Amino acid sequence: MSDGKPQLGATAWAGQVLLYALFALLVGVFSNWPTYRHLAEGQSLIKLSFSHTGKPVSECHTQSAEQLAKLPPNMRAPVRCPRERSPIVVELDIDGTAVFRHTALPSGLAKDGAASVYHRFPIVSGSHRLVVRVNDDLRRTGFTHVREDSVTLSPAQILVIDFDPATQTITLQ
Amino acid sequence: MAQSDPLATHRHAPGRLRGLALNAWRVLEHRFDAVFGSACNPLRHLGALGFLMFWLLAISGIYLYAAIDTSATGAWHSIDSLSREQWWLGGVLRSLHRYAADAFFIVMLAHLLREWLFGHERGFRRFSWLTGIPLLIFASVSAIGGFWLNWDQLGQFSAVATAEWLDWLPIFGSPFTRNFIRGAAVSDRLFSLFVFVHLGMPLLLVFGLWFHIQRISRAAVFPPRPLALGTLAALLALALARPVMSQAAADLAIVPTALEYDWLLLAVHPLTYAISAGGVWMLLAGTLGLLLALPFLPGKGGTAPVAVVSPADCNGCRRCFDDCPYAAVTMISHPIRRMGRELAQVDPVLCASCGICTGACPSSTPFRSTATLTTGIDMPQAPIDALRGRLRRALAVMKAPQPIVVFGCDHGARVTSLATDDVAAFSLLCIGALPPAFVEYALRDGAAAVMVSGCRAGGCEFRLGQRWTEQRLAGTREPHVRASVPRERLVTVWADRGDEGALHAELDQLRMRVRTSSAPVRHV
Ligand code: HEM
Ligand code: SF4
Ligand code: SF4
Repeated sequence: MSDGKPQLGATAWAGQVLLYALFALLVGVFSNWPTYRHLAEGQSLIKLSFSHTGKPVSECHTQSAEQLAKLPPNMRAPVRCPRERSPIVVELDIDGTAVFRHTALPSGLAKDGAASVYHRFPIVSGSHRLVVRVNDDLRRTGFTHVREDSVTLSPAQILVIDFDPATQTITLQ
Repeated sequence: MAQSDPLATHRHAPGRLRGLALNAWRVLEHRFDAVFGSACNPLRHLGALGFLMFWLLAISGIYLYAAIDTSATGAWHSIDSLSREQWWLGGVLRSLHRYAADAFFIVMLAHLLREWLFGHERGFRRFSWLTGIPLLIFASVSAIGGFWLNWDQLGQFSAVATAEWLDWLPIFGSPFTRNFIRGAAVSDRLFSLFVFVHLGMPLLLVFGLWFHIQRISRAAVFPPRPLALGTLAALLALALARPVMSQAAADLAIVPTALEYDWLLLAVHPLTYAISAGGVWMLLAGTLGLLLALPFLPGKGGTAPVAVVSPADCNGCRRCFDDCPYAAVTMISHPIRRMGRELAQVDPVLCASCGICTGACPSSTPFRSTATLTTGIDMPQAPIDALRGRLRRALAVMKAPQPIVVFGCDHGARVTSLATDDVAAFSLLCIGALPPAFVEYALRDGAAAVMVSGCRAGGCEFRLGQRWTEQRLAGTREPHVRASVPRERLVTVWADRGDEGALHAELDQLRMRVRTSSAPVRHV
């Protein structure tokens, strides 16, 4: 009777050792090789990353006495402000070339949340001239914030362009 | 004399491409059989190996969890020093943890591939297939999250890449990536999220695995011991030869360059940067959608009739309940017998139509004198009475002095190819559907010898048919072949589809043995 458990010969045992070794090799090799280079050598990375709440889309207005009288007592605020925020226009020039222009819409159903921008620019390391322009107010033409600066990036360095709400300035760090 | 019921074959006929790939897989599996023995062949135990890796991950993970400082500032140091200062325990466990995760992934994908090649996405297995799919997600997310916990540059790269990928979906009010733009931004709160992901997913995985093997009785949740030991030894050797070490500590001011990269678990990030975040999302959605759709695509192989219980012939012995590979039989109280007696009941949704229950039922004995053989649990497409009738007729018309009867299985080596003047061959739904008393019956009815054939050990299409048959014929499982059956007149051959050559060789040997033995010679 052939019982499904044939006696394994010496070759079979050697084969087992070989196949186990191959499996370990497969795991051992591809769990850390080949080396992955996310950025080519001599490159740096600029990250443009904003999450900023724009200006309201229109002026607050003062309500007259008659207008207030028509409202229920709990809603009689003398000054009414719109909730909707302005989209934010962002531009980036690197070394005099416009590389990015984007209009970020405010988040939230009532469009009253922050507008966000995130973009990566791999770039050759070294000195670069950056111009960042932001308009966070729909009612104004041109730009509300501009920052122009020279930066020197070492290889693999990340430069983050952000907006600091406390000082209302564009930051490079 | 070939005796195969055309109705008996309800196998799913694979497409051309899959057919070719299946043949290639079978060749590989048979090569491995020669090396490991079919019962310990890793390719036949991929699900069980997945479980083994899971246990290993759980044990090594508990140790690592006790050692890690789960804060953004302390994590790197705690793990790095584990590898350096306690290489002989903490370091080894850390390496095992990573390599087991890699191995888990390989065996999981191989398991999926094998099940697909064998057409196991359909029919009664649809449930197993569909419950397997979420496991892919849980395992991947947990594995990727594990890299973040080291908070070395590899973990940093993976976390940022994941955030950039997630941000493609409009789900976060403020981009998730903003958590990683400044050193101070990686708060302990975010780190708690990492821990939550890496520990929460395995909990979902346990739950999902429980579901996955719900409909499988005696699921192989641990591989045969030699295979388990061999696999563990291989991983341990790897952990000692090439311990996993942390890369430099995370630093959000720089892009990690030249990473020693885990392509088995983290391939998704380079892919994201090579195509695009949106592209990878599409690819993922497409793959998952396809996997989910496969069981519902039109294809050959309809639903086969399921086992039917005959209350008058069931004495409630529970053998079918014990032997059913898919937990399709339950025992209820018998409506017509006296109090306390039980009756088998088949859940048609779970039934695989394998007939193993018929092979288990004591009422399936062909020696019963009834004109029509009815048994406790029978297959409408291959009733036991039809098998007895065909066996009788075949032996009655065969002129050979020493005829041989062959019982085989629709999924194993084709026994019908053996049929000649002195051989009557019967192909069953599964060899487990053969009531052992048929062996004795054939011998008493004039056969000089009986050959029983089914798939190789570990290769049964219905998981347990080969094992139960082997045990029943060896007398270690009920119902068994009587001890009075002369062993030289019974041979078992475990041969897969494609092994017909082996079958012929065994048959020739059996013929020779019969001629030179004391087997009776019929004078017809
Ligand atoms: C986390 C990874 C997985 C593990 C640990 C695992 C484990 C198992 C185990 C132990 C069995 C029972 C095998 C037996 O006792 O005969 C099984 C069966 C099965 N698995 Fe998985 N599985 C995993 C993932 C998957 C995936 C991703 C799929 C496909 C989408 C899948 C499809 C199947 C099918 C179709 C069966 C039924 C086989 C049969 O009925 O003979 N599994 N799995
Ligand atoms: S045919 Fe197979 S799956 Fe169905 S009840 Fe019988 S043993 Fe169980
Ligand atoms: S094996 Fe037969 S007699 Fe026993 S419980 Fe099942 S159907 Fe009834």
